[in-house]
Amino acid sequence: MSRLSEGGLIDRSKPLAFSFDGKAMRGYAGDTLASALLANDVRLVGRSFKYHRPRGIFSSGSEEPNALVELRDGARREPNSRATVVELYDGLSAASQNRWPSLDFDIQSVNGLLGPLLGAGFYYKTFMWPAALWEKLYEPLIRRAAGLGRAAEAPDPDSYDRSFAFCDLLVIGGGAAGLMAALTAGRSGARVILADEDFRFGGRILAERAEIDDAPSLAFVERAVAELAALPNVRLLPRTTVFGAYDGGTFGALERVADHLPLPPAFTPRQRYWKIVAKRSLLCAGAIDRPIVFGGNDRPGVMSAQALRTYAVRYAANPGKRAVVFANNGYAWSAAFDAAEAGVDIAAIVDVRPEAPPIQLERAKRRGVRVIQGGQVVATSGRLLSSVTVRSATGEEKIAAEVLAISGGSSPNVGLTSHFGGKPVYRADIAGFVPGACPPGMRVAGAARGDYSLARCLAAGAAEAAEAVSELGFSAYATPVPQARDNAITVTPFWHVPGSRGPAFVDLQNDVTAKDITIAHTEGFRAVELLKRYTTLGMATDQGRTSNVTGLAMMAVLTGQDVGATGTTLFRPPYTPVALGAIAGHHRGKDFRATRPTPTHDWARAQGAVFVEAGLWLRAQYFPRPGETDWLETVNREVTATRTGVGLIDVSTFGKIDIQGPDAGAFLDRVYINTFSTLPVGRARYGVMLREDGIVMDDGTTSRLGERHYLMTTTTANAAKVYQHLEFCLQVLWPELDVQMASVSEQWAQISIAGPQARAVLEQVVDGLDVSNAALPYMGVAQGTVLSGVAARIFRVSFSGELGYEIAVPARQGRRLAEALMAAGAPFGITPYGTEALGVMRIEKGHVSGNELNGQTSARDLGLGRMASTKKDYVGRVLSQRPAFLEEGRVSFVGFKPVNPGDRLRAGAHFLPHGRSGTTANDEGYMTSVAFSPLLGHWIGLGLIARGTERIGESVRAYDPVRGGDIPVEICHPAFVDPEGERLRV
Amino acid sequence: MRSRYSVFSLLANALTGQKGWTPAWRDAAPKPAYDVIVVGGGGHGLATAYYLAKEHGIRNVAVLEKGHIGSGNAGRNTTIIRSNYLLPGNEPFYEWSMKLWEGLEQDVNYNSMVSQRGVLNLYHSDAQRDAYARRGNSMRMAGADSELLDEAGVRAYAPFLNFDDARFPIKGGLLQRRGGTARHDAVVWGYARAADKLGVDIVQNCEVTGFIRENGVVVGVETTRGPIRAGKVGLAVAGSTSRLTRLLDLRLPIESHVLTAFVSEGLKPLVPGVVTFGAGHFYVSQSDKGGLVFGGDIDGYNSYAQRGNLPVVEDVCEAGMALMPQIGRLRVLRSWGGIMDMSMDGSPIIDVGPLPGLYLNCGWNYGGFKATPASGWCFAWTLAKDAPHALNAAYRLDRFRTGHMIDEKGVGAQPNLH
Amino acid sequence: MRLPCPYCGVRDAHEFSYLGDAAPRRPDPAAPDAADAFHDYVYLRDNPAGAIRELWYHGAGCRRWIVVDRDTRTHAIAGATFASGSASGDAS
Repeated sequence: MSRLSEGGLIDRSKPLAFSFDGKAMRGYAGDTLASALLANDVRLVGRSFKYHRPRGIFSSGSEEPNALVELRDGARREPNSRATVVELYDGLSAASQNRWPSLDFDIQSVNGLLGPLLGAGFYYKTFMWPAALWEKLYEPLIRRAAGLGRAAEAPDPDSYDRSFAFCDLLVIGGGAAGLMAALTAGRSGARVILADEDFRFGGRILAERAEIDDAPSLAFVERAVAELAALPNVRLLPRTTVFGAYDGGTFGALERVADHLPLPPAFTPRQRYWKIVAKRSLLCAGAIDRPIVFGGNDRPGVMSAQALRTYAVRYAANPGKRAVVFANNGYAWSAAFDAAEAGVDIAAIVDVRPEAPPIQLERAKRRGVRVIQGGQVVATSGRLLSSVTVRSATGEEKIAAEVLAISGGSSPNVGLTSHFGGKPVYRADIAGFVPGACPPGMRVAGAARGDYSLARCLAAGAAEAAEAVSELGFSAYATPVPQARDNAITVTPFWHVPGSRGPAFVDLQNDVTAKDITIAHTEGFRAVELLKRYTTLGMATDQGRTSNVTGLAMMAVLTGQDVGATGTTLFRPPYTPVALGAIAGHHRGKDFRATRPTPTHDWARAQGAVFVEAGLWLRAQYFPRPGETDWLETVNREVTATRTGVGLIDVSTFGKIDIQGPDAGAFLDRVYINTFSTLPVGRARYGVMLREDGIVMDDGTTSRLGERHYLMTTTTANAAKVYQHLEFCLQVLWPELDVQMASVSEQWAQISIAGPQARAVLEQVVDGLDVSNAALPYMGVAQGTVLSGVAARIFRVSFSGELGYEIAVPARQGRRLAEALMAAGAPFGITPYGTEALGVMRIEKGHVSGNELNGQTSARDLGLGRMASTKKDYVGRVLSQRPAFLEEGRVSFVGFKPVNPGDRLRAGAHFLPHGRSGTTANDEGYMTSVAFSPLLGHWIGLGLIARGTERIGESVRAYDPVRGGDIPVEICHPAFVDPEGERLRV
Repeated sequence: MRSRYSVFSLLANALTGQKGWTPAWRDAAPKPAYDVIVVGGGGHGLATAYYLAKEHGIRNVAVLEKGHIGSGNAGRNTTIIRSNYLLPGNEPFYEWSMKLWEGLEQDVNYNSMVSQRGVLNLYHSDAQRDAYARRGNSMRMAGADSELLDEAGVRAYAPFLNFDDARFPIKGGLLQRRGGTARHDAVVWGYARAADKLGVDIVQNCEVTGFIRENGVVVGVETTRGPIRAGKVGLAVAGSTSRLTRLLDLRLPIESHVLTAFVSEGLKPLVPGVVTFGAGHFYVSQSDKGGLVFGGDIDGYNSYAQRGNLPVVEDVCEAGMALMPQIGRLRVLRSWGGIMDMSMDGSPIIDVGPLPGLYLNCGWNYGGFKATPASGWCFAWTLAKDAPHALNAAYRLDRFRTGHMIDEKGVGAQPNLH
Repeated sequence: MRLPCPYCGVRDAHEFSYLGDAAPRRPDPAAPDAADAFHDYVYLRDNPAGAIRELWYHGAGCRRWIVVDRDTRTHAIAGATFASGSASGDAS
């Protein structure tokens, strides 16, 4: 065990069992998986992406490029989990990934031997010969070798929640700056949310041995958190990553509610996706250590100096027996001293600078830490790091060490600041990029903007928060800022050790080497985006947080530009990767989208209906009876029963729009191609409306219920669209019209009965209303009551072509009405039918429906052109007169029947003249709808074919190669049944 | 002299420390005048220049790019190639594009990883099935491949989909096996390298700021690197088209919209080809690196910001989970936005004019990547011959005036619905 | 994105649907040049990179059509009014 005997923010009274690659281990509450692995002497944790090189733990945070594992098992398997941020829980099981057969022995590490061949751009220059082998051989091999972890094996069993939150100030990051900011704003009375990705507030204070107000800095953290927790206007969100900045002060955040537990407790989501709307935001996300590039800088045991300190101080885990620190700055020295005090054996501090500040030298001397100034690490050895070769003025020296802690300076966590496209700005004095233009309302404080001193972090957090809430009218009184002492720390830019031995990695996860940067430079891929794309620098799961700046600085050296002018690639959301399931929330499975049952849904289910999705609606598709062997047999029965007796169907899904006002008729005249202002009260009329581009938008019947009162029906699919269109016409085009509208689709249940016996059935449910042919003729509308006092509207309209009525009652009465009609119709053998039979009957009648109103057809195409009034303007009139709409060869709507009556027709078949080949040039149109007509005893179809109405009686090919069909069909009139409409009027 | 990429060049470089490579293309400085200027160094612009040189012998050509090549939509798309269009104005064009893809790598001597692993469009209703049958038949009639799969067929191709607990059950799909993906950046680089080899000047960091007109004729452009004259000026700048045509007082049937795309962390192989949900806005493929590349609908409002908002992020993840509930714990790694030149009928414009000396290539909506080879090929033809080729004869600008729209979706003159 | 609906207050954009530029006005259908004018009205757009006045419909709210002043480069919103002009409000 490499657990240090004392110290650390772990709870030694709470041991936790866990396993890695099947091996049982123990850690403590407060550990991360990474710290627990180190404490168990596990140094080899993963394999790299391209060369499958052995890798250890590099960092102690969410920027981790190396230590990716598969966490949990089976349906809960989470690939690519960063061991550095996985909070240890009892029973945790993790496995290494991207290796075969084992982590220790990975066959694909031979890729490393091919390294000289597999440089940047390698793929683009080869695998082209012969062409066919790419999909068959090369690519499958590449795909199998690539990838990282494996997806879960079954649907994710956990649930996810979605919450909204609103605040005055969102503080992102709960370190020194963030805590002071939240305190300052919280005390002012502003609504504050403080979010931190860690499971413990404090940021770097947790890993540093510092003092605030002459006491251990941890005491400050505890006091601050306690005060914040007690403020009612402050919400603390630990384990919460603010992952994206969006418009309107909206932030996306992910709270890991139960990831630190073996399983989510009952009624608890695994994670919660927050949408936080903040008037102001303050980014206090800190900074991370950046590596230095040299040969062999990827061996397990090489880690950031910050990580060494964090593991030693916060987790009391010693990452290795002896550590060498290699740096170009003073932070790493402090890290080394802290680690030494925690119990780590520091063999040497190697600093590239010829002269380190005297005060640091003094400290080193006091602690007995050896210092090599002007030194560079030029090689490392050991499969797991065993020694480090240092070159200095005195020559080369090999130093035994299991840990090499490196720091090439700090990179502020600027990610969120560039989500609106703001480019980070290079500051030479800190050799790092700091935020440029931020999203509106966002400020930055502390290390995230390059202020690394603890004292300045505390002061800036307070000051920025005070300014932010002052802008909102809160008076932030001058909070005394706690005092901290730290010395100015300097950094000398240094990126790459020239002449070091072995592959030198820039991007550890994607195995991008210093040589790859050189290749990119040579071949002209010098712009940062080209460099990234050509070499894959920064495209791994860490998004280059530890590699981008170094890589582009190395390119800057090659091009002779300065780093600032070279610039950096932009960070995009999410800041750290976010589980898809969390964003989706409850919208999955059957709950992906809302389900709209019709008013008679439960009744239909009791009748044994099979349902079909119609947009969000579920409609009864057909009602099979025992003994029926397939859907067609059922549908034939339903059609026949309706045409010979009476049938019943719920048509509540049609859109219903109530239109009232003195100008209602004039309004309808402008939206329909035909006229409605002349429609008598108590009558209905079929109407067609166009889009302004002249194409048919929708159709339906509209009734006049009163002098100033109309009720429009729309198709089920277009109900919302038509309503929005009407509101547009009214509010935007003609606000001068005095018309009011409301959608009443859901307020009314509407049931259609059709068939020769329909009237006989209807008479039994109306309350003394005269529904005779004289009193309620075809296209007549009556209002009254049914079922002893239920308000009802009765429309004598028909889609089936039979004598038909649609009876509308308040939605809650729908089921009762259906049952009453069924009872009343029982003596006539009333038969419930579904959308399939409805479709058959409308095709037999040659009515257009959704398949014909497909957004590509004009009224003229559909044979409805003569309905258009020539005496008025209406939406779509002008553009429906364009040349293409009037062309001779344009398609028109006709019927089709098989020349051989036994042939089955298929919608989607194209029409070809006989004797012509099946090419685009010979394409004359297509079949839109087909049905088997039980009345005619063969399949019938509707379709659009060039000059169709002139070609009645002509035979053409219905060509359907995707289903192997090619049959002769005869063009006919679209109305197969009762073309004169006599049945409607009886 | 730029060497040909071959097994031998790779081995030779491996043995010599990768020191033998040369720039993939020259970083050319602009000359005072060219025969043809193509504005826009994306896939379409570079392909246009390449085919102008190769097919028409017009080599005194400059491609002007305001940033670096491939920095617009060419580098931001989801890399799908397919020719599964419905309408006769479209399908032959896209099938020609597919044929060019199939020979591209050998043609330009660059592995663009054209990978024909299939594109599957799912259907969830009988009406959708019939619409896909119509489309599949259109494809066959244009010489493309298509297969109409039933549910069992979909299960065989993509067994990982949610068949059992779906709000909108999968009933089948339309599969184009020749569809797939290509490595988008490599397409740009391949065309750039090949065009450069034929003498085309690729001028980067050269933003067009105005047009030089004489007697109403466009005879060149003003740029941040000075005026450049040209016999013909072709625009291939996708979402930035209106910014340029505004300088000529032209209004076009185009709006610029933002489309967000996503990539997940890397995974071992899960998704073989491209799968498109038929009951929501979602499509997904898996890159050779292992990341799931996916996306959905445009945000729906005019935008040049190259970034979108959370409602679409949610919509896409919801549809993804509806289709593949086992990816719940997989993480979204990165999202980014591109500026789509959404046209009024959802179809592109490749045409002569509307001013003398000016040529338009725009209106690619969110589907420009797959069109790259044919767009370049047809635009080169149109520039060279001053008339469209039969393949882009339907892509005229005046089709909106005459009523010959090419509206695959049938949603009309509302760009954000296409 | 959040839109300042003059009736409902500031609401998330997902409650609204977008139509486009509010500048084009439906031409006089009786004018002799109606065909050209309607072509321009329906199809041609300024498509500005910058300030735009655009039509949104608050379908999941008050069902009012509103005109929003927005910048297409930054998505910054300057204000909104009712499209009808009547009962106008300004939530800028």
